[in-house]
Amino acid sequence: MSGHVADLEPIVGPGDNGLGDIMEVSMGPHHPSTHGVFRMDVRLEGERVVRLKPVFGYLHRNHEKIAENGAYLSAIPYTDRLDYLCSMTNNWGYVLAVEKLAGIQVPERAEYIRVIVSELTRFQNHAGLVGFLLQDMGASGTPLMYAFREREKILDLFESLSGARMMCNYMRFGGLRVDASAAWLEEVRQVIAGLPRFIDEYEKLLRGNEILMARTQGVGVLPRELAINAGVTGPMLRASGVNYDVRKVDKYGIYDRFHFRVPLGEHGDVYDRYMMRVLEMRESLTILEQALRDIPAGPIIDPKTRLRGLRPKAGEAYGRIESPKGELGFFLISDGSTNPYRYRVRPPSMINLTILEDMCLGENIADTVIILGSVDIVLGEVDR
Amino acid sequence: MLGEGIIQGLVETARNFFGSYVETDRLTTVQYPEERLPLPEASRVFPFLLYDGSDPEAGLRCVACQICEKECPPRCIHIEKSKDKKPDFVGKQQFYPAVFDIDVSVCMSCQICVEVCPFDAIRMDDEFELSTTDRFGGLHWTKEQLSRPNEYYRTIHPTEAAETDERRVKELVDARAKAATAAAAAAAKAAQAPATGDTGNGATAPAQTGTVTSK
Repeated sequence: MSGHVADLEPIVGPGDNGLGDIMEVSMGPHHPSTHGVFRMDVRLEGERVVRLKPVFGYLHRNHEKIAENGAYLSAIPYTDRLDYLCSMTNNWGYVLAVEKLAGIQVPERAEYIRVIVSELTRFQNHAGLVGFLLQDMGASGTPLMYAFREREKILDLFESLSGARMMCNYMRFGGLRVDASAAWLEEVRQVIAGLPRFIDEYEKLLRGNEILMARTQGVGVLPRELAINAGVTGPMLRASGVNYDVRKVDKYGIYDRFHFRVPLGEHGDVYDRYMMRVLEMRESLTILEQALRDIPAGPIIDPKTRLRGLRPKAGEAYGRIESPKGELGFFLISDGSTNPYRYRVRPPSMINLTILEDMCLGENIADTVIILGSVDIVLGEVDR
Repeated sequence: MLGEGIIQGLVETARNFFGSYVETDRLTTVQYPEERLPLPEASRVFPFLLYDGSDPEAGLRCVACQICEKECPPRCIHIEKSKDKKPDFVGKQQFYPAVFDIDVSVCMSCQICVEVCPFDAIRMDDEFELSTTDRFGGLHWTKEQLSRPNEYYRTIHPTEAAETDERRVKELVDARAKAATAAAAAAAKAAQAPATGDTGNGATAPAQTGTVTSK
């Protein structure tokens, strides 16, 4: 990816097309709307965007090579730091790949707890995202604070289970690190009992808001064909009307046992992407209720599983899950030694970001901010 | 009606504002330095070293096996093994760390050192107010700074500590029983063959018990 404005083709001079000057603006890397260190090189004609180049890599920290130089176990805490809002789902993607590679079975109870923590993660991610998106639109603070108030309850659950609010480092290949106590499961039941009220209030707060409608409907449209061709996944793809959810398609873990619906959008605009998150939060709650009802007793990890010094047979495996942002995949190649020969992450945030220009062309510069917000990126995952 | 959505939203904001006076669910802010929330028991920040009894040197559980040093993902632990040995809690002669440093500016609080330690020697602390004005020495903790008594561990993680203590008591009882049977066997052997120098047998007996307990 070219890094500088100067690398683009020369600017059309003033006067030769009757449109006036074209202005170049470098939005970011220190711009509050970019949610981190991300830059958009934008060319503007008046307020309209005629060219946009996403520039990333400011948070690159060699995640893949670090994981290749360490044992299989030592990569798990690093996966927490990919998408640092959703460490539980990141853990799951990685351990799923190692389990496929080494042929490890996971006990029933561990699978249920994985579903519970992953759906809690999805809920808190979407709540946070909607808050940030509204913040970008100018609803300063209030919706974000309400979202964070609920998110904090879920993070407290994570802390009492795994010891850390965000960097959970909770899953292990073959199961989990610690068991969830009956008291913890009861606490989860109490917390999720209060969450539907939160979603109702949240929707009432801004759903019918005329300003929100005007700013989001018909803005940043991502056509269905383009979304498929660009490899977009997750809520963004479903907002464009494509029925593709790895939980339904791949049925990893025990997702075939739960009844839930996959919400689909029609127009693929910012409003659809916003509503998609709200509807997915509701579906997550249905999955949580079913998982909490059916969770069996039993071990959480096979005691014979070798965590330290695991040497899978030479071969390769691809583990993929539906992370809150899209299809998160981990590709591993083993050469039979204690560390992976190749470790590759398929980051949904980054691949969803590649079509940013197509969504922003012809829109106002102020709308690029909310289009970016509706993509749902975390720079830790984009840059790795 | 145009503007209805905005009014509905404002009603919701008002409900949250006035609700915060009556419902604790809507008021979640804590005035931190004065008010503090209790930490969950599982809470973890940085590792510390455990010792039994009152002497941090003699009671230190770490035997400098260096497993944590190898398994630590960011490699923030530095251990140098001692030249001599000291007895551990079952009386077996073991090495001890001459140097045990943790660079907490590198540590990422992942708890893998705790998971891999076979000697229950390293555990996670829940102390989080660790700001310092010295960014090199202040964040480089030595063995002396890291050592904490078992009583401290019992106060911060009571459930975990109870499990660990139970397991260690069992190990100690087993080791004593094994030593007793080995000593009895050695004594019986010595009694059977009194002519072949019982002093030699007596000297090797403790070493044998040591190798049995390590398995």
